[in-house]
Amino acid sequence: MTTSAKPHAIEVKDLVVSNGDVTAVRGVSFTIPQGGRMGLVGESGSGKSMTALALMGLLPMGWSTHGSILHDGVDLVTQSDKALSSRRGRTLSMVFQDPLSSLNPVRRVGDQISSVIRRHTGADRKTAEAQTIELIKQMNLPRPEQLVRAYPHEISGGQRQRIMIAMALACYPQLIIADEPTTALDVTVQKQVLRLLNGAVRDRGSALLMITHDLPIIAAMCDTVAVMYAGRIVEIGPVQEVFRNPRHHYTRGLLDSQPTMDNIALDGSSRLVSIPGMVPPLHSLPTGCAFNPRCPAATDKCRETMPELGTDGISAACWHPIHLAGEVAAQ
Amino acid sequence: MSAVTPFPTDARPLLEVRQLSQVYSLNRQKLFAPRPKLKVLDSIDFSVRPGEAVGLVGESGSGKTTLTRMLTGVERPGEGQVLYDGADVWTGGEAHRKLFRRSVQVVLQNPRSSLDPRMRVGTSLLEPLRSLKIEGDHAARVLEVLDQVGLDKNALERFPHEFSGGQLQRIAIARALMPGPKVLIADEPVSALDVSIQAQVLNLLKDLVRDLGLSLVFIAHDLSVVAYTTSKVYVMSSGKIVEVGKPLDLFRTPQAEATQALVGAVLSVEAGLAGNALA
Repeated sequence: MTTSAKPHAIEVKDLVVSNGDVTAVRGVSFTIPQGGRMGLVGESGSGKSMTALALMGLLPMGWSTHGSILHDGVDLVTQSDKALSSRRGRTLSMVFQDPLSSLNPVRRVGDQISSVIRRHTGADRKTAEAQTIELIKQMNLPRPEQLVRAYPHEISGGQRQRIMIAMALACYPQLIIADEPTTALDVTVQKQVLRLLNGAVRDRGSALLMITHDLPIIAAMCDTVAVMYAGRIVEIGPVQEVFRNPRHHYTRGLLDSQPTMDNIALDGSSRLVSIPGMVPPLHSLPTGCAFNPRCPAATDKCRETMPELGTDGISAACWHPIHLAGEVAAQ
Repeated sequence: MSAVTPFPTDARPLLEVRQLSQVYSLNRQKLFAPRPKLKVLDSIDFSVRPGEAVGLVGESGSGKTTLTRMLTGVERPGEGQVLYDGADVWTGGEAHRKLFRRSVQVVLQNPRSSLDPRMRVGTSLLEPLRSLKIEGDHAARVLEVLDQVGLDKNALERFPHEFSGGQLQRIAIARALMPGPKVLIADEPVSALDVSIQAQVLNLLKDLVRDLGLSLVFIAHDLSVVAYTTSKVYVMSSGKIVEVGKPLDLFRTPQAEATQALVGAVLSVEAGLAGNALA
């Protein structure tokens, strides 16, 4: 991607996250422009959540980050804990998967939102409380004046997640990271919450990094997508291109294994295409391309040498990418 | 339809509940007022025929889990009957109850919590045979079932933590198959699994229904997953069955409000790419 005059919301280069024994993220690079929306897809153990935590400076004890994370003119990797702490909630913020375990159970939800506002904007209590009520209104939550006085356990899961979103958006951050924000919610609530997040992010002009294993969510919310497998991005590009014409066999497999109305035949004899095998554990990754034991197109080259991502547009880290019809194979 | 149900569709139901209701008492709100009641199941009629795959969908809190508890005999209904092979499970006598216990087996959502972490897989698999006091060649049965779920026999000596989620769910399915059940009840069997593994487990369940002539009750909140595995779907809402039908009919022309909400909640890659998924 070309560097424009406008700084990017975040620019991650060769990010490596490891704890000495295992490396969860093995050289990840991506850029999200101001107001851009990127989806990070992957299965458990692919390193997508560790990438998010590294960006936030919230890695668990013992894990360290290498590479660079440029955001708001600084490299977050080199920042002190204190500096990072003053950024979280202000220039970048995160919506976690399970709002019940990420909200403070003994504080009223209104106080939790207004303390974010007071800390980062220096507003007095009255102003912060007024802003909190305004935010809760924007989240389409009922009776904001009463809701601010509720404790997390007194409200529903969907309401809690809206509170989390309100908190993340409170200070108009440049980048919002949402890690599986609707996985813990009921299906019928999921869409409402996504719609709300979608609108709120757009209204504020924030950039969004959406982390999920759910491809339809990425398709609905993002303009670019990065597919992670075993700690690396294996395919990255515009959502429309990657999902319509994936180059990597893993992306193809993920798309094929989604049950949709198209692949449900009436006779009941239809089968989902599934990716054989399983995600390799991080401590015993295969040599070469990590996906090679499960890949239908793997050759000796794939077992020996790790393929790299290309540099622009849609690109797949694959020696034998799937070619579009009519496209001439490189080999 | 025919491939899923090799038996005639007018066959007698194998597992059935009739006019099932259950009321729970809630905590006291006022000292001298009677405890408030919550009707979790309200006159439920539900049946599975031999070899039939039936889905049960609904939002959380709709009563799916309570109905599952009734179907498996874990909880005794306040009103109504649970019938296995035509006879009441609770009043049909000890011998019938024993047959029911053997013939209806469950696969739960998260195999990491449904398998004992301190027990070798082999021991876990033998457990149902021991507790149900089933005679026979246990070793041969274990190998047979392992083969049915596509696991290697060296899995027997290992512990649950050595397996991935998908393999563990296969083990949980194997354990459910051990006593040779006629009905398999799967409560959200893939929602704790990774996307690429979900398809494997769904295909396995589908194969088992076909090859072993099992009846399947598949409980889930995701309509597209249920539609893929079953030929008839019950939709639950607030303790009631609000709609029954073939999955595709429910999908295309949902009648009940709860069904419409579930259908509306399904996100697809196609709709997302077309830009109208969140419309």
